[in-house]
Amino acid sequence: MNTAVSRRLAIKIAVTASAFWTGLFNRAFGEVIRRRLPWAAQVSDRPAEVDQRPGYLFFNASESAFIEASVALLIPDDAIGPGALEAGVPHFIDRQLAGPYGAGDHFYLQAPFPKGLPTQGWQARSPAEVYRAAIPAIDLWCVATNGKSFATLDPATQDDALKALESGEAELGGAVDAKRFFALLLQNTLEGYFADPIYGGNRQMGAWRMIGFPGARYDLRPFVSRYGEPYNLPPVALSGHRG
Amino acid sequence: MADPLVDVAIVGFGWTGAIIAEVLTAAGLNVVAFERGGWRNSSNDFGVPFDQDELRYMWRHHLFQNVAHTTLTFRNKVDEVALPMRRLGSFLPGAGVGGGGVHWNGQVWRFLPSDFAARSHNLERYGADVVTSSDMAIQDYPVSYAELEPHYDRFEYLCGVSGKAGNLNGAIQAGGNVFEGPRSREYPNPPLKMTYGPSLFGEAASSLGYHPFPHPAANMSRAYTNPLGVQLAQCTYCGFCEKFGCGNDSKASPQTTILPALMPRPNFKVRTYCEVMKVERTRDGRHATGVSYIDEDGVLSFQPASIVILSAFMLENVRLMLLSGIGPPYDPRTGAGTVGKNYSYQIVSSVNVFFDDKITNPFIGAGALGMMIDDFNGDNFDHRGLGFIGGGYIGALNTGARPIETHPVPEKTPKWGAEFKRAVASNYLKTVPIITHGSVMSHRGNFVDLDPRWRDQHGRPLLRMTFDFTENEHRMSDYLTDRAAEIGRAMGGREIRVNKRSGSYDIAPYQTTHTTGGAIMGSDPRTSALNRYMQSWDVPNVFVAGANAFPQNAGYNPMGTVAALTYMSADAIVSEYVKSPGPLVHA
Repeated sequence: MNTAVSRRLAIKIAVTASAFWTGLFNRAFGEVIRRRLPWAAQVSDRPAEVDQRPGYLFFNASESAFIEASVALLIPDDAIGPGALEAGVPHFIDRQLAGPYGAGDHFYLQAPFPKGLPTQGWQARSPAEVYRAAIPAIDLWCVATNGKSFATLDPATQDDALKALESGEAELGGAVDAKRFFALLLQNTLEGYFADPIYGGNRQMGAWRMIGFPGARYDLRPFVSRYGEPYNLPPVALSGHRG
Repeated sequence: MADPLVDVAIVGFGWTGAIIAEVLTAAGLNVVAFERGGWRNSSNDFGVPFDQDELRYMWRHHLFQNVAHTTLTFRNKVDEVALPMRRLGSFLPGAGVGGGGVHWNGQVWRFLPSDFAARSHNLERYGADVVTSSDMAIQDYPVSYAELEPHYDRFEYLCGVSGKAGNLNGAIQAGGNVFEGPRSREYPNPPLKMTYGPSLFGEAASSLGYHPFPHPAANMSRAYTNPLGVQLAQCTYCGFCEKFGCGNDSKASPQTTILPALMPRPNFKVRTYCEVMKVERTRDGRHATGVSYIDEDGVLSFQPASIVILSAFMLENVRLMLLSGIGPPYDPRTGAGTVGKNYSYQIVSSVNVFFDDKITNPFIGAGALGMMIDDFNGDNFDHRGLGFIGGGYIGALNTGARPIETHPVPEKTPKWGAEFKRAVASNYLKTVPIITHGSVMSHRGNFVDLDPRWRDQHGRPLLRMTFDFTENEHRMSDYLTDRAAEIGRAMGGREIRVNKRSGSYDIAPYQTTHTTGGAIMGSDPRTSALNRYMQSWDVPNVFVAGANAFPQNAGYNPMGTVAALTYMSADAIVSEYVKSPGPLVHA
């Protein structure tokens, strides 16, 4: 068996084994480790693939309309490469917000939530709560200023609306900080656009192909000294798929 | 509930905890380590190719300290209200076996000899005006470069550092860092193969009369077996070191250098998912009796120990001292007290160089792969008339251009939309980033204490950080950035973009995890919390290993110096303390 095949096989075994291992292996369990170096054969802490079927788990209809319209402007579709909408970014953000990130599993969420100074960083609730509060507030603001919800505005007006969110000029009132929400939306859009396809965005690795990033290439040694030459292999995903 | 007495209880099982456990168990001491996270090894926890997952590891913090459990509060100035750091950003401490040693880059530096005499050296050369400006509170280390040299060497050989010496026993070596202090022998491994971007930086720096050299890297340029008999594999330049674990065992970490030798020893054990709540003391407070810890089921236990080592990263080390009443807390109004004083950081900036005709393939990288210059670090240059002290290295570091993080675009490019997309697509493969990595001096108003309002998951007060950059740091960083820009222009690209560091310190964007101070070492118990062996002046059977011991921060990554100080401390425990328990330095 050549090494490439055996390597793929090993990963395949690991992937299969992980079906029952992820639950067990990722469990936080304390132990006293003495006179041994814990290690398990053919087990890997594999990232969980999101539900790739169409449809939204977190967003309701008006929320998904906003997300689809806004990410299409943040990274538009053109001849250079896919747009965020075509790359599946709304799907990515939906799965993120429906999962542990949305719930803020790595956020300190003790109340109260004073606004804070600009240098004090995130002072909001969980990402899911922030999206849930911000999108209707933005739509209300769009209706008040332009008579329509964000998704039903023409692209030029949508563009102006995003700029007003970005600069903080848009007054959303209450607990929603326009500037901070825009920064979050843009960050999540870039994440979905450029992350591994296992998370629901970056479909067919289109974003990686556009910039020339080779993905999860394990061994780049043959290319270190080839100054100025384009890298000649297609991108590869964590699943083993090639672009 | 009390466990049987052990010789040594270690709190936190990252680099410093593993180093101390290895030295102390080799000397026959009975050691137990406590780790608030779980056991981790390369192939099971971040195996190839799943380690190359930018979203999960960098942006979702899979290997980092979870701030949902414990965080700190932050403010720039003492008259502001500190608020919790609700999400990690500026710095990324670790959690779990191996600590930050799992997700670091592997940048292994030695400080300059003059860095250890920051106060007296600068006073003598530049006078009291500069050294006392901006309420500067710098102090000398109670240890010299020459004393630390064997310990630096030991860590470099443990880690298999790839590099090129610039000063061998006083003889300057072309191609290495000619500014470094004398080293007793060459690095254990030759430099990594250089990628295109850094080599362009090196040529331009040479043309301007500077002294470029390959960054010393705990990424293996070849297969290596360290003095403990542990093997590391050659690096494959996949570009996922920084913020990632290495599934290929090519980056030095406690897992790849110490644990295979340490774990089989019968006089060692580690308790995972156990968080130490407090160091317990005798009634008179002068002696630690052990540590109380809580397991994942919330059961509180007591581990009696003759010696307690705090090695839980400098932030948690200082918090545990404050929570346990070890040493007098610092008071910024009076300057009295020692625990919490001289919190420091680093100040970073960058310059991007854009080419039309050069494909640099920046995704080919390793954590500490790059060409650097040290001409503007520490006191390697004349500061007269500059209005600041300190400095930093400048260089092109090719850690790997992960695509969520890396969008090099020319100045005035919008942050989104068609123009942004076009700029990312056309520049991604044709840029070289130059970084500056500057020191931060200690100042009277920069400190940590316990927050009066906010609590962790166990109800204990969070650490409160009060920190801002001062005029000294801004002047220094701007000076370094100007030099970086000159080199960038000399690289002959189409254009450059200069990213200066202006304004107050902001805790949200990632900068470095080089937080320092708070429990500093010194020669006087009135002005330092620890003596030269990182032993508490106040409770002498407590040792506090970490960058908390730095009286101020130098312009280098701290791990080499943290490890050297830790080896020196561990050796002193074995050779002196065990024979005659008590203060190793008499004040």
